[in-house]
Amino acid sequence: MKQEGKKKIWADYQKEIADDHFFYVRSCIRQSFFPGSEQFFLHMMRNILGKDVFENPSHTTCTGIGYHSDIVPSQTIMTVVARHFALMKEAGYKNIAISCVTSFGIYTEILETWKHIPEELEKTREYLFKATGREFDIPENMAHTSDIIYKFRDEIAARAKNRLVNKKTGEPLKIVEHIGCHYAKMFPKSGVGGAEFPRVLSGMAETWGGQVIDYPERRHCCGFGFRQYLVQANRGYSVSNTAKKFASMQPYEPDVVITNCPGCNMFMDRWQYTIKEMEGTTYGINGESIPVLTYEELAGLVLGYNPWDLGLQYHMVQSEPLLDKLGIEYDSSDKFKTGDGRQMPVPKNLINA
Amino acid sequence: MEDIVGLLQKDVRFEEGMKACMNCGVCTAICPAAEFYDYDPRKIVDIVQRRDNNELIKLLKSETIWYCGECLSCKTRCPRGNTPGYIIMALRTLSQKLGYFTESEKGRQQLAIKRTVGENIFKYGYCVAAYAVHPEMHPEQGPIWDYMLEHTDDIFKRLGGQADGESTGPLRKIPDDALEELKNIFEVTGGNELFDDIEKHSEKKAAEMGIQFSREGIDNEYFIEVYTANNGHHTAHEKTEEDEAGR
Repeated sequence: MKQEGKKKIWADYQKEIADDHFFYVRSCIRQSFFPGSEQFFLHMMRNILGKDVFENPSHTTCTGIGYHSDIVPSQTIMTVVARHFALMKEAGYKNIAISCVTSFGIYTEILETWKHIPEELEKTREYLFKATGREFDIPENMAHTSDIIYKFRDEIAARAKNRLVNKKTGEPLKIVEHIGCHYAKMFPKSGVGGAEFPRVLSGMAETWGGQVIDYPERRHCCGFGFRQYLVQANRGYSVSNTAKKFASMQPYEPDVVITNCPGCNMFMDRWQYTIKEMEGTTYGINGESIPVLTYEELAGLVLGYNPWDLGLQYHMVQSEPLLDKLGIEYDSSDKFKTGDGRQMPVPKNLINA
Repeated sequence: MEDIVGLLQKDVRFEEGMKACMNCGVCTAICPAAEFYDYDPRKIVDIVQRRDNNELIKLLKSETIWYCGECLSCKTRCPRGNTPGYIIMALRTLSQKLGYFTESEKGRQQLAIKRTVGENIFKYGYCVAAYAVHPEMHPEQGPIWDYMLEHTDDIFKRLGGQADGESTGPLRKIPDDALEELKNIFEVTGGNELFDDIEKHSEKKAAEMGIQFSREGIDNEYFIEVYTANNGHHTAHEKTEEDEAGR
């Protein structure tokens, strides 16, 4: 394809991302499993990039996991999300920063529905007022938190202490990125690059020195499937889909997987453990498993933060092989210490440990 | 008899997801559920498009509508702008309203989801929270999860959070007035009604199956049954009796 043609197509997938003054909404899964990631995002935004990010403790779940497992009706989730918009309006903010890919898909779907069916918007206004006495405005700008890091990727690169390069060989790190179905596939033009040109994470990885692997099942679902994981009897669906992705990426020998969605991260980490337990299969080189990092954890490593303050030790697949490739020095004795330096017991049977 | 198409048309997901299907099957080609289960979203859309009430009732009672994982990969790829995943969501909602979901093993699982994720929303203000992911129900979480639950306070403090604490931060306690507003929203918008439908029909089914049922909690035979039962006839690769007999 000629260069102009490519540029024209890419222009359709450009996304306007606000520059400052964000109202932050958390993710049930990211804050439960990767609390260090959310806190590092806030730290980086406020203290490194000098941005204003506001959080109101009264915001709740968006109910998205319930909605996509079909126990929460559409009008209910619209009104819960409208309550978040009301809290944002009351605090004087117009740009929303969303920490969860499921929430991001839902917020986008709701705004699209209101555009197509304005009566649904009016009904939501009535329901919210009746239930809470609150009123809301539609956000002027809506971004997933990875969109915001993508926007500031050059500023982060300028402050980098570590580049995503194998220190011993000098070669770029081989990176698998997984952007998540509800970021890329529901409303492709609401994400950077959509499903066709996944750019949000690859943009960060390449800017920070890495090389992104384009493998056959790059766009395949992580396997969450909501009810297919939530109910024990269905988990074969979930682990099988993850296995399919890992088998597809394995020949490219990735050094690390980075994920957009906190759920995808948890599954791609935990199912590697499960598959290893079930059948002894591992997907990294030399019998190792592949560390799966959030984009905040990746940014933290690039900026030279202590991996144990980011929470890398709280994945099943441990990240020392990756840290060694990057030439990042770490203190193993600090890994399982409390914030005030007290030694905790060392957990057993972790992977790559 | 219920006018199923009329009821489906009241659902915004149906309105947004069902245009005109030309049966190309791209949705099935891209579908992660179709690869694992005996599932074909093209056929679902085809049945819905035919508007045959009897066929639709069969569908609402079937295992089939519960196989989708709602990844919505189909939304990206349909050349006609249909979204089989949204049609499934409308079918599932209706199946629960009309009580048909208890006719299938996969449909009956809705009680397990309501009793876990649904009740987390009211209790904690979260769909999922670390302290509500019990290792005995989640062996795949591995030893790191037992460890995180044993040392939640210390771990969260080091990483900058505060499990169940007041004010901002990861896993903060959701204030009581916010929980109250959430409950009011469920009441006003039909969320509680759907919860009640799931409970009512599940209780009835439990009695029919002769399985012990409690009106709350997860420590009862019916919950355990629907959370764990798998008859082995759902996936695309399992052999039928006919295959076994070499026919």
